[in-house]
Amino acid sequence: MNFLDSPLSKPAPYVVAPIEHRFDPYEDNGGTSVAIAGEDFCVVASDTRQSNGYMINSRYAPKAYKMSSTAVLSCNGFHADGVTLKKVLEQRMKMYKYSHDKDMSVTALAQMLSNTLYQRRFFPYYAFCLLGGVDADGKGAVYCYDSVGSFERENYRTSGSASALIQPFLDNQVGRKNQQNASTAPLTLEAVLRITKDAFTSATERDIHTGDNLQIFVITRDGVEEQNFPLKKD
Amino acid sequence: MAPQQVKPVGGFSFENYTRNAVLETKGAKPPKATSTGTTIVGVIYDKGVCLGADTRATEGPIVADKNCEKIHYLAPNLYCCGAGTAADTEFTTNSISSQLELHRLSTGRKTRVVTAMTLLKQMLFRYQGHIGAALVLGGYDINGPQLYTIYPHGSTDKLPYVTMGSGSLAAMSVFESKWRPNLTREEAIAIVSEAIEAGIFNDLGSGSNVDVCVIEENSTDYLRNHVRPNERGIKEQSYRYPRGTTAILKESIRNFVDVVEGDAMDMS
Amino acid sequence: MNHFPSQWGKPRQENVDEYNTVPLYNNMPQSHAAAGPMTRTQQPVVTGTSVIALKYKDGIMMAADNLASYGSLARFRDIERLHPVGEHTIIGASGDISDYQYIQHMLQNVMIDQHCEDDGHTLGTPHIYEYLFRVMYNRRSKFNPLWNALVVGGVHKGERFLGYVDLKGTTYQNSTIATGFGGHLAQPILRKAVEGREDTLTEEEAIKIIDDCMRVLFYRDARSINKLQRAKITAEGFEITEPYSVETEWSFAESIRGYGA
Repeated sequence: MNFLDSPLSKPAPYVVAPIEHRFDPYEDNGGTSVAIAGEDFCVVASDTRQSNGYMINSRYAPKAYKMSSTAVLSCNGFHADGVTLKKVLEQRMKMYKYSHDKDMSVTALAQMLSNTLYQRRFFPYYAFCLLGGVDADGKGAVYCYDSVGSFERENYRTSGSASALIQPFLDNQVGRKNQQNASTAPLTLEAVLRITKDAFTSATERDIHTGDNLQIFVITRDGVEEQNFPLKKD
Repeated sequence: MAPQQVKPVGGFSFENYTRNAVLETKGAKPPKATSTGTTIVGVIYDKGVCLGADTRATEGPIVADKNCEKIHYLAPNLYCCGAGTAADTEFTTNSISSQLELHRLSTGRKTRVVTAMTLLKQMLFRYQGHIGAALVLGGYDINGPQLYTIYPHGSTDKLPYVTMGSGSLAAMSVFESKWRPNLTREEAIAIVSEAIEAGIFNDLGSGSNVDVCVIEENSTDYLRNHVRPNERGIKEQSYRYPRGTTAILKESIRNFVDVVEGDAMDMS
Repeated sequence: MNHFPSQWGKPRQENVDEYNTVPLYNNMPQSHAAAGPMTRTQQPVVTGTSVIALKYKDGIMMAADNLASYGSLARFRDIERLHPVGEHTIIGASGDISDYQYIQHMLQNVMIDQHCEDDGHTLGTPHIYEYLFRVMYNRRSKFNPLWNALVVGGVHKGERFLGYVDLKGTTYQNSTIATGFGGHLAQPILRKAVEGREDTLTEEEAIKIIDDCMRVLFYRDARSINKLQRAKITAEGFEITEPYSVETEWSFAESIRGYGA
């Protein structure tokens, strides 16, 4: 066959297809969260930058919420879904309180969060949640979720835009992975806070969607304490 | 007849163009080049021109280089800030720079800014925007200080103050509210720094430090990291591992082998 | 009789009207079929550009120009995009103007309902903000968004409030807010001028900052005009200026010659 007759010599004409204009209901507002469980405490930390593409919406738009005296929830992904999810959970926690005359435990809240997420299986909340708290036995607990309700209790976890940068660091420093002769003693609150802050200052260096301020919740049997630290703003 | 071997003659190779076009119609995705979010600016003042750039290079949401150089050398009296596809700005300015050097050797004259501008725009126009270089060109020649922007498709602008890159609007907001005619050298450096800082703090594609380049009739000052508004703080603790932390999975000790000339190499 | 439900309520086709029942559709109930397939705002049509706002010592200051564009046509040049709700709240709207007018209507209904309760309560700025957030979010969840970015500013119980909500339900509160193109061009100026000085900025300083931003937006936003209104909300109430213009400077243009060689 002559080359001039082959399809290669006649590239397909440039066809302008009609642009299908579809409303995208989601947005990625960036941000990163870390949750680490200790023996009798839990730390939940989030940066407070809310962004959209290359724009910073706000330098202080918290995405971690105190849900009860023993639980803190952080939602990365689409901010509006995170806020809505928090509101739904708060309503359901109130209903629980009225029905059972007691506050919800973290364990119960964890299951309820999963159920709430799965209810929207076919129009998901674009919210990647971490739930940190102290369980009924007084032990630190971290639950992590995907956007449709699959969840697992773990000792430490990060989610959000810089999670791929922070998770290996936590595996090594909190999970003591790939370390020979490393101490197996549980981490103190001070050590956990140090690791958390270093994780965020480092992530801020390399992830453009993480920065501005760091909000840290420390949950113990006595309640929730909040701390704030500045991060780089570029 | 045996196929004729064609000797490469330099320039771009288009030998896979048709193949790639066919592959793309079958759904193959072309590789994506690194495109850098950037803020670059330039301003003319009473007796010179001042260029500025941030120093963040990104690959998607990740910062690839925290302190890269975006002000490229073209000639001793000519510098060029690059935004867009990193490789394109680098190779385009290098190529034009070497053409200008040869031109200087052949004519024995100082390079003119329009010469560089024309070479750049003609090259970029020839490639119809496929070379993704967005440039801010500044220099000083017998016609005084001059400033141009060159877009990837080859169009140019000649203005007293210009900005480019993803942070161009943030930087332009500074110029549009603070610029006035006949700035002094100090004022020019200050307004350029402020424009770049607006990009650094408001545009996520830009960050880290401010590079400035000031070109006057008889001097060129490259002020690398003129402002460093984003120093990293001290870490909370040291992450140095004690000796013996890395597990040894296998140990094997070999002696060096002396190879005497003439010995056959063991090819097994 | 036409046996195709999709035809019911529509002008009759002569060749199908076997029993000569014209004009049957006049007697038919207005069904959904009558309106044809449901339509939704898939893109904004007549649009307003940026709204900018900041916090200052006494309250909130906000500004928007008076243009409603129809694509690139400067269609309506006397549209007011700053809308008071109650005594201490102003809503600034960018995006689709018809959706914005619908929101005005909706808020009016809410305020009247609240008034009729006659319980001594009225909706403050945070309540109106929360209401708008839920409306915008729920409309996006029905894939039928109200195509706007709204700025809600006001003073409630002595506290300044400034919030943003858009067509997807994204919300944030800040000491400076700018929608649309203003997010790129005005926000850098606002942040530099306002951040950390919210409690000391005087009204005169705030006016200057706002006017500087609106001037830059007029220079660089092709969908803007130099006719704008400014609103301030303090504990005493709100004030919206008559439309006015900012001073502009074009003399540098005389020295520009061409675009290259």
